[in-house]
Amino acid sequence: MLKIENLHAGVEDKSILKGINLEVKAGEVHAIMGPNGSGKSTLSSVIAGKEEYEVSEGHIIFEGEDIEELEADERAHKGIFMSFQYPVEIPGVSVTNFIKTAINETRKAKGLEDMPAKDMLKLIREKSDLLEIDRKFLSRSLNEGFSGGEKKRNEIFQMAMLEPKLAILDETDSGLDIDALRIVANGVNKLKSKNNAVIVITHYQRLLDYIVPDYVHVLHNGKIVKSGSKELAHELEEKGYDWIKEEVGA
Amino acid sequence: MDLKEKLLSSFLVFENQTEIDSYVSDVRNDAIKMFEKKGFPTKKDEAWKYTSLNKLLKEDYSVFPKQENALEYRDVEKYFIHDIDSYKIIFVDGKYSSHLSETTHDGLDVCLMSAALNKPKYRLVIENYFNKAATTDSLPSLNTAFSKEGAYIHIPKGKIIEKPIQIIHFSTGNESATMLQPRNLIVVEENSHVQIIECHQSLTSNPVLTNSVTEIFAKKRAIVDYYKIQNDTQEASLIDNTFIKQKQESIVSVHTFSFGGKLIRNNLNFYQEGERIDSTLKGVTIIGNKQHVDHNTLVHHIEPNCESHQDYKGIFGDSATGVFNGKVVVEKEAQKTNAFQANNNILISDKATINTKPQLEIFADDVKCSHGCTVGQLDESALFYMRSRGIPEKEAKALLMYAFSNNVLSSVKIPELKHRITKIIANQLGVNIGFDL
Ligand SMILES: Nc1ncnc2c1ncn2[C@@H]1O[C@H](COP(=O)(O)OP(=O)(O)OP(=O)(O)O)[C@@H](O)[C@H]1O
Ligand SMILES: [Mg+2]
Repeated sequence: MLKIENLHAGVEDKSILKGINLEVKAGEVHAIMGPNGSGKSTLSSVIAGKEEYEVSEGHIIFEGEDIEELEADERAHKGIFMSFQYPVEIPGVSVTNFIKTAINETRKAKGLEDMPAKDMLKLIREKSDLLEIDRKFLSRSLNEGFSGGEKKRNEIFQMAMLEPKLAILDETDSGLDIDALRIVANGVNKLKSKNNAVIVITHYQRLLDYIVPDYVHVLHNGKIVKSGSKELAHELEEKGYDWIKEEVGA
Repeated sequence: MDLKEKLLSSFLVFENQTEIDSYVSDVRNDAIKMFEKKGFPTKKDEAWKYTSLNKLLKEDYSVFPKQENALEYRDVEKYFIHDIDSYKIIFVDGKYSSHLSETTHDGLDVCLMSAALNKPKYRLVIENYFNKAATTDSLPSLNTAFSKEGAYIHIPKGKIIEKPIQIIHFSTGNESATMLQPRNLIVVEENSHVQIIECHQSLTSNPVLTNSVTEIFAKKRAIVDYYKIQNDTQEASLIDNTFIKQKQESIVSVHTFSFGGKLIRNNLNFYQEGERIDSTLKGVTIIGNKQHVDHNTLVHHIEPNCESHQDYKGIFGDSATGVFNGKVVVEKEAQKTNAFQANNNILISDKATINTKPQLEIFADDVKCSHGCTVGQLDESALFYMRSRGIPEKEAKALLMYAFSNNVLSSVKIPELKHRITKIIANQLGVNIGFDL
């Protein structure tokens, strides 16, 4: 589904990603861990198509197509979704109107008619129930004044509505209380199928107890320095990153 | 012959044609003298520093349309808000169109200024109110001199008028260039409530210059909601002079939506002549090309315990220019005044400009006055967020701009009107999304 080859990216005079290789197949869950500032969010943003970052080398292949030239919205239309580490507040646009527009624009891009209002309502009801989101919440301005946890839950609600092929969850667990974590993880698992894939970025083993990864990667200083099974996450939780840094340095 | 001379000489003909009513003809004669003395405003006038009429005044306008031009309803239907039951006062090239209009004298007067000026039964109202709010500045004076036709609305005491009143001025472009001087008088007596929608619509690309005067009198506890839809063609210009006198506990709001037109100048003046008055001035301007929109507002707080709320949003693209000049005067007696003013702008092109200037003159000591002006760009991180969810750039920008104007739109009390404005905005931004928030 996703193949990243020797990806180098950065901003003007600073290189952040320094040769990433990663392959994610349909049906898989990958976890990416790594110290603060190692480039996890940058990697997600580059996959999602943030123009601020310049790709100087390498390729991102999504379903067999190099997506380098595609705009962020075109990538979304192809089924790439990123849950933001820091969701942006958009005053004056309600959650409902935003998600309606996102869905209908995606349909338009595929040559489909707008989703009938009735179906849209039903879908909204279904997905907000899945994530135990209060309906009143949906008429509020997007992310404006939302608590940290509410923002994250709202991200997963949007993911549930859009049903992407590849979901990148950037620290979706941070800010969630224990119950919310379970609800959100449960939501992600319900959406999981053999046809889609998830990349989970997290600092903690806790989330991976719910969303169980097939692979765990450690990103350090712009490179994936170690990959392993879910056991690797336990090991990191116990020992921290120093031993890996030493291994890499050695 | 320049336009001023042309107008002065036409006045003689005009005065001969109209029936002589001593009060009104005195007012007109004084007004033409005033205009003769002052002439058109120039950039040397402080209030016209950023808006030049020079180019507009070079056109060879026909001052009185030579022939009557009839319009078929089906040709102009789209300019009406037709999904609501409403009274309609419709003018074509400055002349009343009876078959497009729906007026009444049944319990209230929704009719023509020409009728009110000529019939004895309106004499008292005319003498009490006509030209009693308008100033003697040059453009209002010019209008007063030629005042003859427009809307006349008189709501007696204690009437809640459910049907909004639409005032539409069409120009057919049958003359190569037309100058219009519509004159509206609106008197809303105690405890009455009315909603009015006004627009000016040119039907061809021939130049039109409209210099309009509207006087509104809101008596004790009256409620008036006035909506101005300025979405005319790129060759039509409008100088709107609106004067509002409010009495005790009255509530008046004026919303101005400016999307079309070549040059628009809104002179909007509120005078609070009683206690516990509430005045609201809001506007959304979305323009591009070389369009120019100038909001020049005045709120005069004269008595204690009154409020005023100003909220103007502007979005300027291409080489468009905007001006906001908001003056608030709080007299010494006007203690406990609450006066708020906000003017927020987004420039979406390097060549667009906005000149924004609040002017506060406060002589009372126990008041709450605030003002704030901002000029910014669209939020890039919000754009990326939206695009990453599949909303293309143009639509994402449109949604952000719509959201930016939304708190002005949300106070429009007629849902069909709000819907219409929303559609105009979508059209203006070149997108086909619903925005229904
Ligand atoms: N737009 C930018 N301009 C300058 N530096 C940037 C920019 N974006 C990211 N960086 C830098 O790149 C490095 C990687 O940042 P990134 O946000 O990808 O880290 P991260 O792994 O997600 O960290 P965390 O765990 O704290 O979320 C950091 O040093 C950061 O300061
Ligand atoms: Mg991060």
